[in-house]
Amino acid sequence: MANTTQFDLVSPERKLVSGPVTAVEIPAAAGDLTAMQGHSPLITTLRPGVLKVSGPDGEQEYVVTGGFAEISGESISVLAETALPKGEVTQGHIDDWVAQAHAAKQNAPEHLTEAATKLLADMVALGTHIGLDPNQPNL
Amino acid sequence: MPSLKDLKNRISSVKSTRKITKAMQMVAAAKLRRAQDAAEAARPYAERFNAVMGQLAASVGGSDTAPLLLKGTGKDDVHLLVVMTSERGLCGGFNANIAKLARQHARDLIQKGKTVKIITVGKKGREAMKRDLGELYIGHVDLSDVKRIGYGTATDIAKDVLGKFDAGEFDVATIFYSKFVNVVTQTPTALQVIPAKFDAPEDTGAASALYEYEPSEEEVLADLLPRGVATQIFAALLENAASEQGARMSAMDNATRNAGEMIDKLTIEYNRSRQAVITNELIEIISGAEAL
Repeated sequence: MANTTQFDLVSPERKLVSGPVTAVEIPAAAGDLTAMQGHSPLITTLRPGVLKVSGPDGEQEYVVTGGFAEISGESISVLAETALPKGEVTQGHIDDWVAQAHAAKQNAPEHLTEAATKLLADMVALGTHIGLDPNQPNL
Repeated sequence: MPSLKDLKNRISSVKSTRKITKAMQMVAAAKLRRAQDAAEAARPYAERFNAVMGQLAASVGGSDTAPLLLKGTGKDDVHLLVVMTSERGLCGGFNANIAKLARQHARDLIQKGKTVKIITVGKKGREAMKRDLGELYIGHVDLSDVKRIGYGTATDIAKDVLGKFDAGEFDVATIFYSKFVNVVTQTPTALQVIPAKFDAPEDTGAASALYEYEPSEEEVLADLLPRGVATQIFAALLENAASEQGARMSAMDNATRNAGEMIDKLTIEYNRSRQAVITNELIEIISGAEAL
């Protein structure tokens, strides 16, 4: 069996995963990264996306939006603002998130427009990725 | 002296009061368990969050480029007090204690020549703060439609507060809520959220310094600070919810006990007066018979 490392996925409201895993694919702000045992210590912010956990019990996928990941020698923790098992995400969630990102973009002050646009694009990409209609034909 | 009928009415009215308070106590007990579970579930996130923020703040905090949310605006002239209370009454001194602490704080600040602005969360706090410090009151967050406090509730409040901070409306923000110690003890607490204060990590040794940051230390910090405010508000809301139910439970327990004592007292009085009436009637009959 491959080497495992302790992984925790927590949202403000509950703890979703806590246990040994072999690899975690994290949608980090600067691009996806896969963390395994012995990854160099890293703290990175997250962009909205799908987090893949490969563990002894197979592979699970979670949808996360915002937050950060902390990878240390012994453990990996992801603190996500919202985290849901992929199966629980509905069209309603996507619509909400896209609408929120859209509103944020509209209200964003000058220097934050770029970040807000990126957030919106990420949300839409997330929707498409998990096979739900992002409902946003023209950005 | 009240008549027998009056006494009987009072006894039955106190009895129904006791039923109501008993029911409220049991409902509060059930809700308390749920509120405690929610607070418990939120703890890991808050703990990890604060640990990482503590590290970050320690390494970036001193620099000139540190975000305003961390180092403050450099002044402390305008204070924003966010007073969190419940939507409903009948929970003992819960709301009064929070309002008292907030009022005291506001008075101290005013005495020092600072400007104070107040935002309230929960109807009861609005009533209490408006009565005394109405002119300082600038806003209210209504939670009466919120069935279950979620992280979304906290982010909404945080957005409101952060928006005001960005607009330069205040320099220091403090939240007031009640910390849940146990069912009979809830401590009103003041917590400064802006500029953010984090407990320094215990271990500032080599291990924590080795972290790499992506995109960069400062960007990570800038992204996380607003979330930190939301996290703290969320934790406070949950503590408050648990405290409210705890306070209500003990208040209703007291009320039930008092109602019971009242019923005992009234029943004794009722029996005594009934006895007196019977004795009176007997005396009348006997003296009537003797006169014949």
